[in-house]
Amino acid sequence: MKTHDAKGIPHTSPRQSATFTQDINSDIRRAAATGIYDIRGGGAKRKVPSFDDLLFMGASISRYPLEGYREKCETSVTIGGLHASNPIELDIPVTIAGMSFGALSGPAKEALGRGASMAGTSTTTGDGGMTPEERGHSDKLVYQYLPSRYGMNPNDLRKADAIEIVVGQGAKPGGGGMLLGQKISDRVAHMRNLPKGIDQRSACRHPDWTGPDDLEIKVLELREITGWKVPIYVKVAGARPYYDVTLAVKAGADAIVLDGMQGGTAATQDVFIEHVGQPTLAIIRPAVQALQDLGMHRKVQLILSGGIRSGADVAKAMALGADAVAIGTAALIALGDNDPKYEAEYNALGTTAGAYDDWHEGQDPAGITTQDPELMKRFDPIEGGRRLRNYLKVMTLEAQTIARACGKNHLHNLEPEDLVALTMEAAAMAKVPLCGTDWYPGKPGTGY
Amino acid sequence: MQTVDLQEMGLRGVNAALHAQADDTNQTAWTIENAKGAHAIACGLDAPIEVTVKGSTGYYCGGMNQQATIKIDGSAGPGTGENMMSGKIVIEGDASQYLGATAHGGMIVVKGNASSRCGISMKGVNIVVQGNIGHMSAFMGQSGNLVVCGDAGDALGDSCYEARFFVRGSVKSLGADCEKKEMRSEHLTLLQGLLDEAGIDADPKDFTRYGSARNLYNFDVDNAAAY
Repeated sequence: MKTHDAKGIPHTSPRQSATFTQDINSDIRRAAATGIYDIRGGGAKRKVPSFDDLLFMGASISRYPLEGYREKCETSVTIGGLHASNPIELDIPVTIAGMSFGALSGPAKEALGRGASMAGTSTTTGDGGMTPEERGHSDKLVYQYLPSRYGMNPNDLRKADAIEIVVGQGAKPGGGGMLLGQKISDRVAHMRNLPKGIDQRSACRHPDWTGPDDLEIKVLELREITGWKVPIYVKVAGARPYYDVTLAVKAGADAIVLDGMQGGTAATQDVFIEHVGQPTLAIIRPAVQALQDLGMHRKVQLILSGGIRSGADVAKAMALGADAVAIGTAALIALGDNDPKYEAEYNALGTTAGAYDDWHEGQDPAGITTQDPELMKRFDPIEGGRRLRNYLKVMTLEAQTIARACGKNHLHNLEPEDLVALTMEAAAMAKVPLCGTDWYPGKPGTGY
Repeated sequence: MQTVDLQEMGLRGVNAALHAQADDTNQTAWTIENAKGAHAIACGLDAPIEVTVKGSTGYYCGGMNQQATIKIDGSAGPGTGENMMSGKIVIEGDASQYLGATAHGGMIVVKGNASSRCGISMKGVNIVVQGNIGHMSAFMGQSGNLVVCGDAGDALGDSCYEARFFVRGSVKSLGADCEKKEMRSEHLTLLQGLLDEAGIDADPKDFTRYGSARNLYNFDVDNAAAY
């Protein structure tokens, strides 16, 4: 590169724009070439305030820790005891979030069921209905009730251990979905009552109810059909958590699933994933506040999801008031998604391990987000289930380690008082003190 | 004939009694009195029984029905017969919005009119309306047949897939990707069968068929405004 002009005057250094970055420019070129917005899987990739911005303080002279290998730290949780005669009893507070057969292969759904069952927790169906593999391998299966009602039938509804009415998803609050034709195999098409090979649109609104008053009647209908036996969850995106949780409780939900913007999707517009919704850290306190204001905290369980990765995240979510968490993307990674051992194949798809997010195209080298019979053969559901079990166990052990260090004999006993924040933003969102202070922005009585 | 009073037994009591009927029950005829617009009456049935509801019903009467025949001696509230799998629902009066939403099978007959979004996301059900239907009916309809002896409102069949629509009267407007189609002999035969099953005397030749133009089946930027 020339550094001077012909007269010997130095050039300024080439300077990349902070506004028109190489990433942005590639987005513009792709849009100009195709005329179609970018669709991808996964959740928000942008950096947002997160549980990484919180720390536990641990025990001190005034707080006694529990002995790590001698004193118990319980992890069980009961979900749905408010109205249902058969609430769900989980050994660990980490559940598997809803992911569809169609988006995922049958063996991948089987592995999720196997792993969750071995770890003593629940898994969840998705947009596309319940498969025999999933029901057969899941001790506790939550049946999602979605706007599209693909595969929805009362026989499966009665086989479910809980029903989850999906109102929103963290990756796309207010959005529907589209399963592209490449993934519509004969079996997927049959389950969804649609022709093979066409793009399948999922509606963003339920077809037979709108608003909280209707939702209350819908909850009544589902309870009547299932004899008031199983819990009914309501899943909402991290949009307006205080009001959404309030309205869901008013409608009669037994549990609330609250999904932040880091939560994944099988296929949605990138602009939607990155620009609509709130970070998981920002939505939990308003949700807990709503439950507390209604006198329903711990009566209606709060399940938090969206970017949960470790036992530390679990512990922080529970310290801020969640009763349990749900994982989706992390579970897929545990199964083998985005594994570097497939790097050459990721490169051939124009990406790299860790960044692969074209789940909707059905070419997943790991055989998880695909309906291609050859790719599916690469994935062993027994081994996948074992890996997920291991991962869930590690998350639980990590959360217990932290809880014991805080002197807590149950994960539910973790509390905001155990936490501090590394940043002003995290302090404001989590309403815990900034490190080294006794203050957070908006703290009552401080004036600002 | 089993006669139950909804106000006396309560919704749970009535539905539990209906749910307790097995395929081989000899209690095959039921009358529910004093419906008084209650929601979720006779939802989730799964037995070959006949249920007559005296009076108008609220939301979701006959929701997810399997096998049962339900007759509503009045008008029906929103979402009646939603996600029905099989059986039959006959509404003597009018039907509110979302009639037969996402229903997979069976037949719903409306002697009066049906409101907006009739047959929304229908997945195999047959719906026959003697009167008119409201706007956005059969939105995203996937399969099954919607027969309208009167007129259809705005945006009939918007974004539909393989569902068929037969309208005798006028259609105020067609929705995105819905078009008028040729009425071939197999459609006349199909329609005659549906009218016979519904107990409605009408000539299939007086109807016009509508269905998907299939232009939205695979995303195309040139159709972006229609999505």
